[in-house]
Amino acid sequence: MSFLPYGVAAWLFVIGLWGVVSSRNLVRTVLCLTIVQSSTYLLLLGIGYRTGATAPIVADVPATSKLVDPVVQVLVLTDVVIEATVTALLLALVVQAHKRFGSVDPADLRQLQD
Amino acid sequence: MSRPVRLGLFVVSGCGLATVLVLAFIGLPDFGSAHELYGAVVDYTENGLRHATDVVTALNFDIRAFDTLGEEFILFASVSGVVLLLRQLRGEDEDAGQQKGIQEHAFAGASDGLRLASLVLIPVIMAFGAYLVFHGQLTPGGGFQGGIVLAAGPVAILIAGRYLAMKAVAPKRLVESADAIGAAAYALIGLGGLIFVGVYLKNPMPLGTPGHLLSAGMMPLNSVAVGLEVAGAFLVTWSEFLDQTLINSPGGGAGE
Amino acid sequence: MTVLQIIGLVFVAVGGGAVVFVSEPLRQTIVLGFYGIALTFVFFTFQAPDVALSEIVVTGIGLPLIILAALRKIRQHEELRRQREGKE
Repeated sequence: MSFLPYGVAAWLFVIGLWGVVSSRNLVRTVLCLTIVQSSTYLLLLGIGYRTGATAPIVADVPATSKLVDPVVQVLVLTDVVIEATVTALLLALVVQAHKRFGSVDPADLRQLQD
Repeated sequence: MSRPVRLGLFVVSGCGLATVLVLAFIGLPDFGSAHELYGAVVDYTENGLRHATDVVTALNFDIRAFDTLGEEFILFASVSGVVLLLRQLRGEDEDAGQQKGIQEHAFAGASDGLRLASLVLIPVIMAFGAYLVFHGQLTPGGGFQGGIVLAAGPVAILIAGRYLAMKAVAPKRLVESADAIGAAAYALIGLGGLIFVGVYLKNPMPLGTPGHLLSAGMMPLNSVAVGLEVAGAFLVTWSEFLDQTLINSPGGGAGE
Repeated sequence: MTVLQIIGLVFVAVGGGAVVFVSEPLRQTIVLGFYGIALTFVFFTFQAPDVALSEIVVTGIGLPLIILAALRKIRQHEELRRQREGKE
């Protein structure tokens, strides 16, 4: 049972990739990419967890008690905000592609070679 | 390569990827053991060294401040990319003669209840965002979270039904300046560390007592800089998307 | 592994599958909102309140607004194109 967080992370990664590969709409591709990104958050936080420990806030808890690892939380924290902005950039690319090619189907993007 | 062949190929390789991932994750340390030494050392010593009670924010804005500098500029770069892509789009459309004035817009679907709720919530949202930004070193919070909550304020004004009111509160120049000033302020605070203490991004300010608002040296300043930058970035991105919609609409874009 | 963590992880797994298998981007945005709440719950049970706060703020406020604005713009271009072709 202690494998469950890693198992869910692997499942999210593969199912997100399936969504990216098999989608007929570029906006759907971008949204499935966020699923892939969230699998990495789960993996990182799963690595840093310590059983029986509490959150790394020492306002009311003495600093010598058991705390979870804060370094991975820093990584995931900034990553979540940056993910939203990079998704915005990808969506701007999708909008530009729609303007050029007239559709958001990835199969229609081959018109560039004509 | 046709679509069924592509999907079949992915199913095969996806199973392979899943197997490799599961085998790799089995080799990780057990869930709950957390082998890191660096994290344990930071947990134990941080309150004495930096007088901040939130260890995660202390790591973010002081101990690993250099990484946050890099991540802040990733944000800035992707917002610049969005602006570049969408402004070029708008320039082309205006040449094609689609330019209409910005009309007084109201969401036709916005009932009075929605408007009232939005108007009541706007000061609450702004106050909560400012609280998150300023109390980053004491409780969970900080520049990143508080910045996005602050950016939700003008958005609530738009949902309350007045596009022009939102443009008055968050005009383009102001929002872009906030973004740029936030990004620059963070880098310049690091310069203060270089000038006064000798190491870039090292804390030059007095530490104060832990638990008070103005404690932990330069952490509140860094938090405010990042909060400004994130709020500005989000508002710039969103109004780039939205401006296109409302200017290019032939007869009333959001009001349908 | 506490019971809350197990429940949260099951919700996240089901939610991730649901986001991928919904076909329309507009509906996917709403399912993404629920997925974000499930993920926030999991982060909270992993003793990470900062990360949970960041995740719920971004997935509740940031992402849906940007996705909806982009979808609106795409639909706008579609209508413009259809109008232009109608005139010719």
